[in-house]
Amino acid sequence: MEYLTCNNMTTQEAFYSYIVRLGDDSLILGQRLSEWCGHGPVLEEDIALTNISLDLIGQTNNLYELAVLRENQGKNIDQLAFLRLEKEYENLLLVEQPNVDFGYTIVRQFFFDVYRKLVFEALCNSSDERLAGIAEKSLKETKYHLKHSSEWVIRLGDGTEESHRRVQEAVNTLWKFTDELFFQDEVDQNVIELGLGVDNSNFKATWNSHVEHVLTEATLTIPSNSWQHAGGRKGIHTEHFGYLLSEMQYMQRAYPNMEW
Amino acid sequence: MSTKNIEELEREFQAKIDADIKIEPNDWMPEGYRKTLMRQISQHAHSEIVGMLPEGNWITRAPSLKRKAVLLAKVQDEAGHGLYLYSAAETLGLDREKSIDDLHSGKAKYSSIFNYPTLTWADMGTIGWLVDGAAIMNQVPLCRCSYGPYARAMVRVCKEESFHQRQGFEIVSLLANGTAEQKQMAQDSLNRFWWPALMMFGPNDDNSPNSAQSIKWKIKRSSNDELRQQFIDVTVTQAEMVGLTIPDKDLKWNEARGSYDFGTINWEEFNQVIQGNGPCNKERIDARRNAKENGAWVREAANAFAEKRKKKELTH
Repeated sequence: MEYLTCNNMTTQEAFYSYIVRLGDDSLILGQRLSEWCGHGPVLEEDIALTNISLDLIGQTNNLYELAVLRENQGKNIDQLAFLRLEKEYENLLLVEQPNVDFGYTIVRQFFFDVYRKLVFEALCNSSDERLAGIAEKSLKETKYHLKHSSEWVIRLGDGTEESHRRVQEAVNTLWKFTDELFFQDEVDQNVIELGLGVDNSNFKATWNSHVEHVLTEATLTIPSNSWQHAGGRKGIHTEHFGYLLSEMQYMQRAYPNMEW
Repeated sequence: MSTKNIEELEREFQAKIDADIKIEPNDWMPEGYRKTLMRQISQHAHSEIVGMLPEGNWITRAPSLKRKAVLLAKVQDEAGHGLYLYSAAETLGLDREKSIDDLHSGKAKYSSIFNYPTLTWADMGTIGWLVDGAAIMNQVPLCRCSYGPYARAMVRVCKEESFHQRQGFEIVSLLANGTAEQKQMAQDSLNRFWWPALMMFGPNDDNSPNSAQSIKWKIKRSSNDELRQQFIDVTVTQAEMVGLTIPDKDLKWNEARGSYDFGTINWEEFNQVIQGNGPCNKERIDARRNAKENGAWVREAANAFAEKRKKKELTH
């Protein structure tokens, strides 16, 4: 890939950051979901959540491999996953939010899946063939995840009084992290220009109407306070993130430079 | 029905067993056979589900993306095994919910091994190598069990278990050939899990009251001691291959028997763990009970929603 300078950033650097961000979203949500393993509300859901986690870890693997291939910054995929500092991860704040209960987990997943499906659909046309390939494979998985999370949002929203209350509370709490799904900076501008990445502002309306449609069917409402939080894409996280990392990085930090 | 008729049925039943004809859910079977199987299969199912916990304990701390994915897949397989074992037990009339409540109340048992803690990453290797290895020894003969649904479930379980055993051994050999720290981690883990793994085969044959009947019914196809010996003979060789030491000073090759002699198992510890006094019995059962209690509202919601939809469909 040739070097181009735009906003003091080379194309390679921008593409690298772009893919690592996609990978970070997968990794951190995969990590969160894996906390459910063995503790799900029914055995079938234990399996389903673990399965989604497994898909996300697989995506992380593919995306980091591509990032390292396109712009070698001296890190292998496990160093990327386990040996960065908190501010060096650029995942969405949404995905690092704690599981809290099954309702929160499902709402977090639903907001993310709707977004991710749109991202991967568009990325199937990336000018980077390998990224397009990853997107195609991941899209198949994401469609299944979205089906699962949408069905549960509806079931819980339109289930019992308690489930409605819990899941509405989850919507209210997590809504403030949804604008960040459409965050853009020079990384995005660079990759959009070259057709490598996608312009997520194009599908904000689609995201909104899809989410609204499902929430309405679930008898749930979008909270009226629309004040939004962001920071993940700039490496500024919520307090939850440090704990997630210290657990996830434990082995690599405690036993540096070893093969496992 | 006269007594003679039951005797007749029992004779026919045993003749089928002797001829290696599988017993299917709708076939006549002695109550004892049904009860024994129900107990064994549900214990097996419980073991799969509780067995998710010690390994689940390391998923969030797995040292690489590959290991995280493999461990997730493995624990997911165990949940799957639990599901089809519960289904197999249901063909005998087991009530899954009641059986799970029995597990939570301490009435139903599960494999004692899962009451031991997983303290280091090496334990993920050792569990695959020893615990899944022992499980395979126990379960391969069960693929020929006289009860059809159980035998068929076991065929599938065994395929996956052998993959689990291999990945466990791979972790252990990597550590054993790694840095001094890693080798020590592997050895410590083997030291902790060796004896509990041997206990997985159950009491000595002299102290296993149900074994003879189970063998006659072909629910069990080998004795506890035979399986344990087989396991030791295979595993000692594997430990030598990777340069780890089996923590048994009495372990010695017996030329005449063509097997290893080994030290005395601490049956008092085994009995205590079975009775609920192992290092993690309380944690394991609490975790399962919490999962059920915390998930109650989710299950209720799913049921309520299904009811609403049914009504809607009826009115349309």
